[in-house]
Amino acid sequence: MNSLSDLNNSRLHPHIPKHFFTVIVICFGLLVLSVIASLVLGSRPVSFNELIAGLFHQNADSYGASVVRKRISRTVFSLFCGAALGISGALMQAVTRNPIADPSILGVNTGASLFVVSGIAFLNINTAYQYIWFALAGAMITAVFVFGIGSMGRGGATPLKLVLAGAATSAALSSLVIAIMIPRSYVMDQFRFWQVGSVGAANWSSISTFIPFLIIGILLGIISTTALNALALGDEVAKGLGVRTGILRLVAALAAVLLCGATTALAGPIGFIGLLSTHLIRLILGPDLRYIIPMSAFAGAIILTISDVCGRLIGSPGELEVGVVTAFIGAPILIILARKAKVSSL
Amino acid sequence: MKSKSIEFIMEGRRQRRRRWIIVTSSLTAFLIIVCCAMLLLGNTIYPVIDVIRALLGEQISGVSFAINTIRLPRMLAGLFAGFAFGIGGNTFQTMLRNPLANPNVIGITTGSSAAAVFCIVILHTSDTIVSVASVGAGLATVVFIYLFSKGKSFSIGRLILVGIGIQAMLNALISYILLVGAQQDLPAALRWLSGSLNGSQMHELPSLIITVLVFAPIIILLGKNLSILELGEQSATSLGVNTDKTRIVLILCSVCIIALATAITGPIAFVAFLSGPIAKRLVGVGFSNIIPAGLVGANLVLASDLIGQFAFEVRYPVGIITGIIGAPYLIYLLIRMNRKGEL
Repeated sequence: MNSLSDLNNSRLHPHIPKHFFTVIVICFGLLVLSVIASLVLGSRPVSFNELIAGLFHQNADSYGASVVRKRISRTVFSLFCGAALGISGALMQAVTRNPIADPSILGVNTGASLFVVSGIAFLNINTAYQYIWFALAGAMITAVFVFGIGSMGRGGATPLKLVLAGAATSAALSSLVIAIMIPRSYVMDQFRFWQVGSVGAANWSSISTFIPFLIIGILLGIISTTALNALALGDEVAKGLGVRTGILRLVAALAAVLLCGATTALAGPIGFIGLLSTHLIRLILGPDLRYIIPMSAFAGAIILTISDVCGRLIGSPGELEVGVVTAFIGAPILIILARKAKVSSL
Repeated sequence: MKSKSIEFIMEGRRQRRRRWIIVTSSLTAFLIIVCCAMLLLGNTIYPVIDVIRALLGEQISGVSFAINTIRLPRMLAGLFAGFAFGIGGNTFQTMLRNPLANPNVIGITTGSSAAAVFCIVILHTSDTIVSVASVGAGLATVVFIYLFSKGKSFSIGRLILVGIGIQAMLNALISYILLVGAQQDLPAALRWLSGSLNGSQMHELPSLIITVLVFAPIIILLGKNLSILELGEQSATSLGVNTDKTRIVLILCSVCIIALATAITGPIAFVAFLSGPIAKRLVGVGFSNIIPAGLVGANLVLASDLIGQFAFEVRYPVGIITGIIGAPYLIYLLIRMNRKGEL
């Protein structure tokens, strides 16, 4: 009797992680801070008056104001990309039930690269919209391939098998990418800027191309969270709870690929954001995906924006592309995860 | 009865030795053919007599330049780098008892490559410093991987994951250096993405050749211990092998030759990974496959370079060809290991 009322009680008042509200407040604060930093800091710092002028007076024509206006689109773009990569990482980890899953580690980014490069070289694609569709197709095919290889044999998709399958596929595809580029120097020149991963080239038209994919991806991700929570208990348990695991995996993976593919198409391969933000949030809030997935978006946006600012400061007077910065922050996290006994005993 | 069984064992040993000799000599023969092809083929095909006379130092207009300045350095660079990658990769794979644990996959070549790119594109240093830096970086990468993957017990899975992590950082560094580098350095820079013999020059070669000639024999001499190490730590110790010392010497030697080869040709994709397993398949078990692995490596590099130069309308650097051969094999190997549950 007692336990039944307990059960009802917890149904009516779902358990909220201990620090949830604190985390929201902190995240929000950090988000505002990172946006301001992204607008103000850079190879040319901007004063407060110039910032206000750039933000609120459309026809202010001081140098600082136009710098700020240029940085607005960049900041918005990096927030969106970070959110997309954060959710994408969280979804991939949930779908594969595997702590080391991130678009860059699984080779999905390289798949997107290969398709975009083939498109540039053979079909003369050149708009952001075409880039996105090619990148999505490449990301999708690669994701299925890598997961297929990684989940063969005993024990399903263990972290080591998935990472190795991702690394091998990545290596194979990058050979093809270079083979396509070598005879075509114009592709090479375009590609080397895209290849490092940067939010610097953002403009409003690429952002508006990006938004529909972001919204659809996020919606699909949110729809599947409760079922993904059940999946975390194992396939059999999830089926017992009435989850159709096949369709669930399909939908969640589709969302993950939409988000990371669209980001990769426009910003280039930016690695480790998904890994970083998801693990940070899980560390603080625990394993409930209903909190992890939305909060990973916040964390991803903050981390990517701050990394971009750091890159601009370190690389001044030029800039250090954000893809390089995230690789340097994220790879140690991969190493730390690899050192955890649970992963390496597999 | 007793003599019969000994006779039986001896017979098996003789057969394996015969197989080893046949494999090694046919690999050598093939290597000689490929080397000659490297010298003879090109935009212009010169008569054999002229090529030999040019090699002997006679001045023949046109021929001497093409042979001594372009084709000979290219051939030598491919020969020695391929041998180095083959032997070095095989040593790692045998020592760690896993074909995946090779310098390509765990990022040692990426370490050397990053250092070499940095010295060439940013610092514009001399060849000697490039070689020293790439050896240093290769060793540093090994030390890092070792330190980070050291836990309560040794785990090959952890080692590979740590290697992939470190590799991701180094790759980011390389792409950044390539981006800030000047436009005219770009073709040279491609070498550092995939490995190429283009533009190998005579004055770069002595360091590689000397290192290979010094360190490869050490590895070959330690070959017996290496085969025993393959049985596992405990068996090796009880068979009287000083495991730590052997391991350190072997790692030092292989990293040195791999790093120097990388400094000159770039990380030619997958040669260090492919040579060992191919040699093992050819030689079979029971006989050291160090020399065959080196020969396979050299053959792979030179044959792929010939394919890259002449098989297509465009000239592809050797790393693209080895990459396209090697990557599917890596995937195949993964699939096979997954099926058997070895991972």
